[in-house]
Amino acid sequence: MIEILPDKCDFCGCCVGVCPEDAIELKEAEIFIIEELCTNCAKCVWSCPIEVLVFNRNGVKKNAEK
Amino acid sequence: MQKNKYDVVVVGAGPAGSMAARFAAEKGISVLVLEKDRDVGYPVRCGEAVSRKGIEEFIPSDPKFIATTIDKFSFIAPDGTEVVIPLEEEGYILERRIFDYELAKTAAKAGAEIMTRAYVNGLLFDGDKVSGVKYEHQGEQKEISAEIVIAADGVESRVGRWAGLKTHIDFRDMESAVQITAANISVDPETCYFYFGEEFAPQGYFWIFPKDKNSANIGLGIGGDRNRKKSALTYLNNFMEKHYPGASVLTVIAGGVPCVPTLEKIVAPGIMLAGDAARQVNPLSGGGIASGMIGGSIAGTVAAESILNKNPDHIFEYEKRWNDRLGKRHRIFDRIKNGIYNFSDEQFNSIAHAAVKLPVEKRSLGNIFKTALVNKPALLVDVAKVFFTK
Repeated sequence: MIEILPDKCDFCGCCVGVCPEDAIELKEAEIFIIEELCTNCAKCVWSCPIEVLVFNRNGVKKNAEK
Repeated sequence: MQKNKYDVVVVGAGPAGSMAARFAAEKGISVLVLEKDRDVGYPVRCGEAVSRKGIEEFIPSDPKFIATTIDKFSFIAPDGTEVVIPLEEEGYILERRIFDYELAKTAAKAGAEIMTRAYVNGLLFDGDKVSGVKYEHQGEQKEISAEIVIAADGVESRVGRWAGLKTHIDFRDMESAVQITAANISVDPETCYFYFGEEFAPQGYFWIFPKDKNSANIGLGIGGDRNRKKSALTYLNNFMEKHYPGASVLTVIAGGVPCVPTLEKIVAPGIMLAGDAARQVNPLSGGGIASGMIGGSIAGTVAAESILNKNPDHIFEYEKRWNDRLGKRHRIFDRIKNGIYNFSDEQFNSIAHAAVKLPVEKRSLGNIFKTALVNKPALLVDVAKVFFTK
């Protein structure tokens, strides 16, 4: 599953723009993945300019919400 | 005093949102702008380069939001060959945090109300028609009705999706970008520098846009497919270590630039998209300030006409006016972009070698692209359309 590292995030919205499922919620300085919608396609991981999103293969559920 | 119903609600107070609000409000209808951040104009997510003409259509040039005036571009090929191009029309590097503020003030002056820290998180519907927005403000969930919603909510736009518009773009078409503002460096304050090639920014370019002689916006954008293998941040760090090891970094920002032609549908019943949300960025340059203001101004004008004429279907006129003004042009820019997108270092070098042989007075952007695309006749026609006709 995909994890967002909020301490590294700049809240730029690049990941939101490429998410095909509308599965990322971004407020002013708060971001999280809406897990019911996420399909783990990893496009957000690939497009993040500053390596904030990681694909966690072991699938441990961990809420990245601040 | 805030009302519970407006003719137009604009989501986002960037250049597109502010111009949509201003052009709508100038026609005497009621307009409310909802901005998710606490400040209009901040954080800045932009290289801040724009042509003078691009802003003066909407606001007079003012030293308080112009960091420096640009009179030439410098293109640097992978082998270091530098091609300097004098600009026919001067450009600016803006102070976006002040510029956006001033634009919002023009909207307010026209009668638009503006609210910050108002995070739009849903739409209201009347049947199939959008009839307002849901938003969060100071911890409270609220609703507001609108005849028309204009979504200028940026690259991260979700509002359009909720209305059924296809705003999602392929990650390969999203340029992954990162930029620092560096101080304690030495740059020519009148030149914008663009670096090309594998080392600097594959499927994109690396830029140094001066803010004054000792500071600059330094950044890059690369295609998503390349960012996947090596992040934009890594390219930037490598460049800075090599070229400006002593620089002080004043700001670091990330961003996505949707380098695609405008979405096919930017209107649905009760809703219009503008700016980055509509993908109105110039897909070749990645520039979106001027085109966003144009998109916003058309959206605002058409929205007001629709309200005043009591004709909800009139908002579809926006697509036609946008396409006539810039949309068709952007499709041409997109074809040119695709023509040079995957050029090798050798190709960039040979373009530069040919271009430096041109006398300075013949070095224009159009001539450089002609040189670059000499083996692609179909694209030469496109170059002629956008660079040699007004």
